[in-house]
Amino acid sequence: MKILVAVKRVVDYNVKVRVQADHKAVELANVKMSINPFCEIAVEEAVRLKEKGVASEIVVVSIGPKGCQETLRTALGLGADRAVQIETEEGVDSLAVAKLIVEVAKTELPDLIIMGKQAIDSDNNQTGQMVAALLDMPQATFASEVVVENGEAQVTREIDGGLQTLAITLPAVVTTDLRLNEPRFIKLPNIMKAKKKPLVVKTPEELGISISSNVSVLSVVPPAERQGGIKVGSVAELVEKLKNEAKVIA
Amino acid sequence: MSILIIAEHDNANLKPATLNTLAAATQIGGDVDVLVVGSDCQAVAKQAVQAQGVTRVLLADNAVYEYQLAENVSKLVIELSSAYSHILAPATTTGKNMLPRVAALLDVAQLSDVIKVESADTFVRPIYAGNAIATVQTSDTVKVITIRSTGFDPVSAEGGNAELVTLSQVIESQKSRFVGEELAVSDRPELTAANIIVSGGRGMGSGDNFKILDGVADKLGAAVGASRAAVDAGFVPNDLQVGQTGKTVAPDLYVAVGISGAIQHLAGMKDSKVIVAINKDEEAPIFQVADYGLVADLFEAVPELENAL
Repeated sequence: MKILVAVKRVVDYNVKVRVQADHKAVELANVKMSINPFCEIAVEEAVRLKEKGVASEIVVVSIGPKGCQETLRTALGLGADRAVQIETEEGVDSLAVAKLIVEVAKTELPDLIIMGKQAIDSDNNQTGQMVAALLDMPQATFASEVVVENGEAQVTREIDGGLQTLAITLPAVVTTDLRLNEPRFIKLPNIMKAKKKPLVVKTPEELGISISSNVSVLSVVPPAERQGGIKVGSVAELVEKLKNEAKVIA
Repeated sequence: MSILIIAEHDNANLKPATLNTLAAATQIGGDVDVLVVGSDCQAVAKQAVQAQGVTRVLLADNAVYEYQLAENVSKLVIELSSAYSHILAPATTTGKNMLPRVAALLDVAQLSDVIKVESADTFVRPIYAGNAIATVQTSDTVKVITIRSTGFDPVSAEGGNAELVTLSQVIESQKSRFVGEELAVSDRPELTAANIIVSGGRGMGSGDNFKILDGVADKLGAAVGASRAAVDAGFVPNDLQVGQTGKTVAPDLYVAVGISGAIQHLAGMKDSKVIVAINKDEEAPIFQVADYGLVADLFEAVPELENAL
């Protein structure tokens, strides 16, 4: 069984982002970039399926500028076998990204496509579902457990109010939620090995996909600052303030 | 203009998030139809008929729609889509699961988690966990949008008088099958609909300790939430998670107990009207957003708070 995993390079989870002075975008210059945490979980899940003997090959794909080759090397270090970069500018929208992944899937013919449920930069939570729709594949989003057997994936999903389990026929798309697994640390020898694994670069033109978008960003501004409040000295004072000042409890 | 909203429901009750989405639709303007797709969901359609601002309720009631699987519901929406300029769903796990398929099949973008309507083609949405706010304009012929409930005050659930239209399309999904579900059973309000939320973080120390929040929550009629740190530590299930990767809430009162206030958590609750923080670390970032901060050991302060209420 072959697994295709899509990974995105994003501003590191721990960085507090700043908006550019011209309010056109978020400042990306000299900011630490990392693999999107949900994508890392997706790679880890694929590697575990390979270690269990369920999967035989893992291909990772990333879309973006040259820097995302680093992200692909991270995925290769985690245990993916080979990588495809589709070179574009920053900020390609989800639909175009989905179309590019679909083109890769049409050549690679994976049995399972695993992706993160959302990227922590654009917070869209849509690319996996779009890939599934365009390939007319079933999907299981927000996965917290994946079991593959008998040509289907049984996936437990994190939904509002609890958990839901679906059985989807392969080939299919799964998107990861944070409790699916805890990605391993990459050991030094694996970093060295990852450098030697195959990585090919393609362009949207070669794949015949237009990445133009009908959505334009008019402005990006910082959120309204919340005014800090006061410290209270005791529980009694807190209750008194909530009753008489804030009037949020009776 | 003409807007289609996909109703959030559990086959018995229309969920409040639908009313917030209706409020967003009202701001866009035009006729608003609400699609109720499910099984044995007549009662939901009746509730939707009464909601404020609805022109027509479209009811697709069939066993194949019982679990609102994304594969077939998206295709049903596509069949209806040509009549609409906007297709909206609440940004719940159901809406987030299904609506991107609609957008992809229509070959248009989806705008996720919209918190403000500027005009019929321009919308505001948070990015980077709410650390930046983007205003985006779309020239797509059909605008596909999920609505974040906390951005819009709900319309009234009563007083409307929409026309009820029954749909006959039956679209089966051969490739996806419901196996089971485990839904949390609780007498408390749902997190995203609660007026008061009491949340615990890593400082709670264990899942057992979380129970001390129950007494306060019960006295306040509050929902119980948690930070990602508490979920990651295995104290509580993920559906309690408030934050960038969990739920976004904006109750009248949010009580953060033993929560340090990581930016990813603040992203999910900083629009709350009043924030209370109880933490023994007076340097904790949560105090920078709290209206009322209490520097105290939560294991003493929480029981004391329960008694004082």
